[in-house]
Amino acid sequence: MSRGRSALRELYVSPPILSHEYENGLVLVAEPMPWLESAAFTLLLPAGCIYDAPNRVGLANLTCEMVQRGCGQRDSRRFVEDLENLGADTSSSVSNTHTSFGGAMLADTLPEVLGIFADLVLRPHLPGEQLEEGKMVCVQEIRAIEDELAQRLMSGLRRRHYPAPYGRSAPGELVAIEQATLQDVQASFQNNYVPRGAILGVAGKIEWESLREHVGKIFADWKDRPQTAPPETPASGGYEHLQQASQQTQIGVAFASVPYADPNYFQARGAIGVLSDGMSSRLFTEVRENRGLCYTVYASMGSAHRGHGAVLCYAGTSTERAQETLDVMTAELIRLGQGVEQGELDRLKARLKSSLIMIQESSQARSSGVAAEWHHLNRVRTLAELGEHVDRLSCQSINAYLAEHPPADFTIVTLGEQPLEPPDGVS
Amino acid sequence: MEFREHILENGLEVIAECNPAAYSTAIAFFVKAGSRDENDANSGVSHFLEHMAFKGTPHRTAAEVNRELDEMGSHCNAFTSEEQTVYYATVLPDLQTRAVALLCDIMRPSLREDDFETEKKVIIEEIYKYDDQPPFGAHEKCMASHFGEHPLARNILGSVESVTALTPSAMRAYFEQRYSPGGMVLAAAGNVDFEALVQEAEKQCGQWRAFPTSRQTPPTPAHQSFDFLAHDKAAQQYTVQLSNGPAAEDEARYASRIMATIFGDDCGSRLYWEFVESGLAEYASCGAYEYQGAGLLMTFLCCAPQDTQENIRRLHEMQVAFSQTGVSQDELRRAIAKTSAHVVLQSERPGNRLFSLGSNWIQRRKYRTVKETVQAYQAVTKNDIEAMARRFPLAVNTTLSVGPLTELAAPA
Repeated sequence: MSRGRSALRELYVSPPILSHEYENGLVLVAEPMPWLESAAFTLLLPAGCIYDAPNRVGLANLTCEMVQRGCGQRDSRRFVEDLENLGADTSSSVSNTHTSFGGAMLADTLPEVLGIFADLVLRPHLPGEQLEEGKMVCVQEIRAIEDELAQRLMSGLRRRHYPAPYGRSAPGELVAIEQATLQDVQASFQNNYVPRGAILGVAGKIEWESLREHVGKIFADWKDRPQTAPPETPASGGYEHLQQASQQTQIGVAFASVPYADPNYFQARGAIGVLSDGMSSRLFTEVRENRGLCYTVYASMGSAHRGHGAVLCYAGTSTERAQETLDVMTAELIRLGQGVEQGELDRLKARLKSSLIMIQESSQARSSGVAAEWHHLNRVRTLAELGEHVDRLSCQSINAYLAEHPPADFTIVTLGEQPLEPPDGVS
Repeated sequence: MEFREHILENGLEVIAECNPAAYSTAIAFFVKAGSRDENDANSGVSHFLEHMAFKGTPHRTAAEVNRELDEMGSHCNAFTSEEQTVYYATVLPDLQTRAVALLCDIMRPSLREDDFETEKKVIIEEIYKYDDQPPFGAHEKCMASHFGEHPLARNILGSVESVTALTPSAMRAYFEQRYSPGGMVLAAAGNVDFEALVQEAEKQCGQWRAFPTSRQTPPTPAHQSFDFLAHDKAAQQYTVQLSNGPAAEDEARYASRIMATIFGDDCGSRLYWEFVESGLAEYASCGAYEYQGAGLLMTFLCCAPQDTQENIRRLHEMQVAFSQTGVSQDELRRAIAKTSAHVVLQSERPGNRLFSLGSNWIQRRKYRTVKETVQAYQAVTKNDIEAMARRFPLAVNTTLSVGPLTELAAPA
């Protein structure tokens, strides 16, 4: 049997990434993947919770709920049923910077599905008689998070580490949802569902010219409207304990890094990979494998703010072992500042490169990948270009970065029965 | 796409769905070992053993296993269910043989004492983690009530007490009852070189000793009960209901899945419109699950404590009505369209395809192409669904609710 390909670099098909900016500011960015039967899209709208007024945090989430309750010729039931008849697996979510809608489907239904979402963005009914139901859905979401301790901890960590309002959590506050009016929802829609800053990422079995034309047609009535950026206030940092009766203590540690667009991003990402990617990474080895302190431990690059990079770390462990876990974690963060070793870097490169190749099997992953990359860079690199960045990583380059940016000035949040003693070096 | 199979002399089956156009190769061992094969004295041992497989072999230390998996850039993990333990890795095609060699090696772990004691702490942390998480044990407790003395009543993780009491020798004894080559399948999907796969399996596993394994599959009579458990740390109320459904061997499982989709898929279903879209509940869904000789329909409802009593009443009414009045052609068409699209979309990644391939084989010794699976869903009729709703009435169920409520009554 033919094995097809043999050398790693030949495994990147690396199709050209195609992009087009329409007159109203909407950007279409697409990666054709002709070997798939599926197509997927990710529509990022500049309508994240950072645009919510301070007494209405959660409004973007409510607006996202309300726009799905009927649009164009469809009421809310027809909206859902038409998408199901088309076999489209769709989703929506609100982050601090964006409201996003996405879906994966067999490629031939993509144009019709996009047409439904164009209605959602341009012609939502925002039905007043369903406002109370929409608010109840958002209230349920806020209540559910009360029981998700790890999620609450990480929300607390982001709130303390990022400059406001970038550390917000999209579900927001109960009181804000209770007080929100239909006028608030209409204003939130009017101000933030705007084409300038909106990105439509598409990947899969697509034909570029007809896609570009179709998207231009269905979004042609979308008028450019100015959007106001929210003012920023500095992060508080430091240590905070959130009291909670529980078996485990949740531990979150954050520190500053470089943002995605920074030329040093790959060096920072490489360092965090050595710390946390894979079963031989430092955190997994020292915290879980050697000491059995926890089941889950990780560190990841945060992307909540285009201008402020961050690393967010998490561990959950039983109360009596929480102090030791925090001490071991922070010791590993500080040791990372002393540099990484060749064996660690070789393993990381193998993991990163294999992920880059395997992502070519998923139109969904690529549609969100190209949209996010456009948001950060105003361009999209091919997988081959990303692979070259990984190839160029060396211990020397990562260690030079770490020497200048050692993990320090930690923001720490814990949630559980007892507060912990933060280590030296808390910001 | 080509299906291949081979059986080693000791009974180990090697199967693959080969797709030369795939970018990756996904490989797994499916082992017929899960909580249903345990007893009170070794409760939790299947899952603990799954962890111990990564803690070293006669040829590799735990650190070497982890390092080698990362050196291959593999995406590797494992999970344990009521009746299977699955170890899987996805790698680039050129690394197939090395990945197979490693997976084969960890199927014969050393179970060293010091590794065992360190990993026991990790397992206990995992138990605590789930104790703190929704639905706060509601699923496990409902399974225990529903199945009673049946082996499927057993909890996968075990308890802190049962795991603390486990010893390497008890685990070794369990291993020697379950990990016989005849009770395992080596499966691969994606860009697979089948000859090389068989060759490596012969080399690594050919000398494994075969021994008899057996599993009890007693009947599962319908069970009906209603209980709640006060848990004051929870903010929401979590309600689980289990009714019997078709078993893994029963061809009616396709109709059962379509029925569950119509009644309780997490979007566009009857439960969705009644509870989720209206904001009466945070979550309401129904799904079908199959085991050897038993099947389940599981309904899950998460809502505010004060709305629970009324929501359970409405849910009961809907279940009764569903058995009596059946479904519309439109509902059926939509459920089939979305299920079929889901099957096709999922199959694009060998890492996903592997699980259908392996589960099908270990449960039924059958291979089904994506097309055949889609056709089986498309063949489901309104009559099939209605027969299913009468044969396995959702209103006859075991209910367990966990949350802040200190009073809750069964629906009249």
